[in-house]
Amino acid sequence: MFLTRTLTVSVAAAAALALTLSGCSTAAEAPASGIDASTATSLDAFGDLAGLEEAANAEGALNVIALPRDWANYGAVLDLFAEKYPDITINEASPDGSSAEEIQAADNLKGQDTAPDVFDLGLAVALSSTDRFAPYQVATWADIPDALKEASGLYVGDYGGYLSVGYDPDAVPAPKKLSDLLGAEYKGKVAINGDPTQAGAAFAAVGLATVQSGGTVDDFQPGIDFFSELNAAGNFLKVNPTTATVASGETPVVFDWDYLNVGYGAQLEGQRNWKVVVFPGVGYAGYYNQAISKDAPHPAAARLWQEFLYSDEAQNLWLAGGARPARAEAMAAAGTIDTKLFDALPEAPTDTVVPTEAQSTAAATLLGEKWAAAVQ
Amino acid sequence: MKSGLRLSSKLRGRAAAFGLLPFAVYVLLFLAVPTLIAIGTGFFDKSGTLTLGTVAALGDPVVLTTFYNSFWLSALTAVVGAVVGAIVCYALLGARPDGALRTTIDSLSGVLAQFGGVMLAFAFVATIGIQGMVTLYLRDTFGLNIFENGVWLYSTPGLILPYIYFQVPLMIITFMPALQALKPQWAEANATLGGTTASYWLRIAFPVLAPSFIGSLLLLFANAFSSYATAAALVSQGSQIVPLQIRAALTSETILGRENLAGALALGMIVVMAIVMVAYSALQSRAARWQQ
Amino acid sequence: MSGGLTTGGVAHAPSRTVRTVILGLIGVIFAVPIVAMVEFTLRAGLVGGYNVDRWVALFQSGFTGVYRPVLIALGNSVALAVGTVTIVLLLLVPTMLLVHIRFPQLRRTLEFICILPITIPAIVLVVGLAPVYAIVARLLGSGVWTLAFAYGITVLPFAYRAIQSNLDGVDVKTLTEAARTLGAGWGSVLLRILVPNLRRGILAGAFIAVAVVLGEFTIASLLNRVNLQTALVVVSKVDPYTAVILSLLALAFAFVLLLLIGRLGAPRTRTPRRRTTVKGPA
Repeated sequence: MFLTRTLTVSVAAAAALALTLSGCSTAAEAPASGIDASTATSLDAFGDLAGLEEAANAEGALNVIALPRDWANYGAVLDLFAEKYPDITINEASPDGSSAEEIQAADNLKGQDTAPDVFDLGLAVALSSTDRFAPYQVATWADIPDALKEASGLYVGDYGGYLSVGYDPDAVPAPKKLSDLLGAEYKGKVAINGDPTQAGAAFAAVGLATVQSGGTVDDFQPGIDFFSELNAAGNFLKVNPTTATVASGETPVVFDWDYLNVGYGAQLEGQRNWKVVVFPGVGYAGYYNQAISKDAPHPAAARLWQEFLYSDEAQNLWLAGGARPARAEAMAAAGTIDTKLFDALPEAPTDTVVPTEAQSTAAATLLGEKWAAAVQ
Repeated sequence: MKSGLRLSSKLRGRAAAFGLLPFAVYVLLFLAVPTLIAIGTGFFDKSGTLTLGTVAALGDPVVLTTFYNSFWLSALTAVVGAVVGAIVCYALLGARPDGALRTTIDSLSGVLAQFGGVMLAFAFVATIGIQGMVTLYLRDTFGLNIFENGVWLYSTPGLILPYIYFQVPLMIITFMPALQALKPQWAEANATLGGTTASYWLRIAFPVLAPSFIGSLLLLFANAFSSYATAAALVSQGSQIVPLQIRAALTSETILGRENLAGALALGMIVVMAIVMVAYSALQSRAARWQQ
Repeated sequence: MSGGLTTGGVAHAPSRTVRTVILGLIGVIFAVPIVAMVEFTLRAGLVGGYNVDRWVALFQSGFTGVYRPVLIALGNSVALAVGTVTIVLLLLVPTMLLVHIRFPQLRRTLEFICILPITIPAIVLVVGLAPVYAIVARLLGSGVWTLAFAYGITVLPFAYRAIQSNLDGVDVKTLTEAARTLGAGWGSVLLRILVPNLRRGILAGAFIAVAVVLGEFTIASLLNRVNLQTALVVVSKVDPYTAVILSLLALAFAFVLLLLIGRLGAPRTRTPRRRTTVKGPA
């Protein structure tokens, strides 16, 4: 009797506590210095770069999330930042996180000092999460093409690439066009980087298959049909390719962003031969986007990171990773780009297609309905 | 006889209940509240209005199929893990409890019971993947191609072996204490009364061990049912089991706005577990009757 | 007497041959994936063949530079393991005993509570844990050690099952009644009678708690804390081979740690080793 009463009271208390907690909002901490870094929209608020560096060093840390070290040479980018600013400790979290998980981490950890400061997001997630970003325009803002940035600086494209096919020349013959992959020599060998209903790179793989099969990004059905055919031929391998599976020979052919495929090759130098091909004709491209969290625990460090990423050195480091940095054209015109690396990039196809938000949403809906059944 | 104040039995009852308080508070704070919040999200939709629509989405045939898949995968690996684990425990009966063999196997089991995620998936890719060590060996030495009828490793059936890999050690860890509690006096009594080894096991040991065995079986089932990291690393296409559906709802970069479905799916999982617990209780009552 | 009935003091235990066959067979099967991982790390690349270069390079670098975070993370995980085991010992064991002795009608409820944490996948539990941890962070800071509270919940199912398996076999009621009749206080009963009898189950529970904490990834990752597994994932992006080596080393470390705990929990035998052949009068 006593016990049942206690139990009922506890459950009621738990429910009340739950409701209170979910309604609980955490207050932002007041800035220590005179300059409120969390509302700065450009370098002017700090005076100049030295002012920003001072504020950032005072904060002493930077929380980054979902930046794998082998993704577009991010390892070198992080190391260079740590070298330039030894007073700022970089805390790397969840390198395998998806863009959606980055936003969730920001929501889950709001107000704590382990919350992420900066994001690197796919376009779809960036577009739907602008209410969590703080606008900031880097010093080199004018160099970035208008198509790649949001006008007030809520998010801005940082690097991009073409969807490519990487392959092990010792295991399979070189594919020259998409339909080559349907051949018998590729049986059980072709993998894509994730599930198109979840991962941006896999979504782009279906997009590439669509435009290479003569379709347009308004309707991803030709792409779905291609992979359905690939699956029926027994060529479609349903495992997530990682550097380890490429190294072990499990995934000899991988659909992925060109900078990622180039990354596999670079990491596995001497272990496995790996070549990257961007199919000629129509290319499917995509850019990732930088954003600063509105509730960043280290706002000055976050902005310093942004300035650093759009400096010539960091842009060239991304180029070394096989990605096309956002300021590539401006840097090429000014002569600050590393021409050797720039020329070494896989040849760009004649036409480039980047889907709009509306096209992406329509394609995502179509994939949600049709993909699972198509590759059963 | 101890002198001093003798509390009335009612007051002693309340005092004893206070002994439960620390644990109750702890569980309330770190289990009850998070669970309620987590499944609470299942009762809202993406615009934040209270609705039953998200929970109703559980009736979707695709979702029901994933629940079915999760159920048979968990049940199969739990049963196989429990039986194999029990056999290993039986084999260890004769070893000295503090000897090298027992402690080594205990420690190995402890380690392997929690070995999961990306590394376990890769271990199996390296073993029985298309270019796996064992696959190549079987193919080159015996001409046996285990992937004759298609690659099964990267879909739900392929999860069976990795799951058993951590289920068996878990069984060993949780069931061994029960086997240790078998008293030699019972065996002597059995021998004195003219029983055989078979009758000892059948009539004395099994009924005594049954509650613990069934309890461990339940634990193994729950372990496999909610296991997520290994499946996420191994199965890249589709979400054929419930934890993968939760992953898709929470972490998808391309189809956004389905986070509330994760809460509803978690609610579904708890409901399934509650049903299994009811069956488990019934089984335990049966086993208790054997003990008498 | 009891000759032929017991082996090593346990009734109807299988003979040495049967034991070796069973353990050998299962041992080999379980060793295969580990061997495959080791084989992968020994590959010499395109030139073919095997060498130990990578292992040598890792140990020579002395875990500096890029691999240093792994050592720090290892320390974090060990501290978390200690914290979690403390919670299990201080909270779970007394509660289980109390329920077993005083409130048997609550047994099924306790069982359900203790199986609940494993029913909910961590990625969804974190959705609920995050607000709670927001408050914990404000009160106790966002250090890694506060994760021990969440881990205590995560290990509940395993620890409960291990201790309950032992509890079912020990006649706690008779023991406590006997002790109380002889004048022992509750503290004495708990510490000097019950705990030693439940030593195996409690040790197994502690075992599995340590193993769970060392292998836990999801909650730490989603709450952006650094523990062994999250550090291994960050490092794995540098080089896949070293990632596998570090995983194997982490497994070996956990194994050694558990061995030590097992040895620590072993009773001090004052009696000489029992022989299986009893030297009786001729």
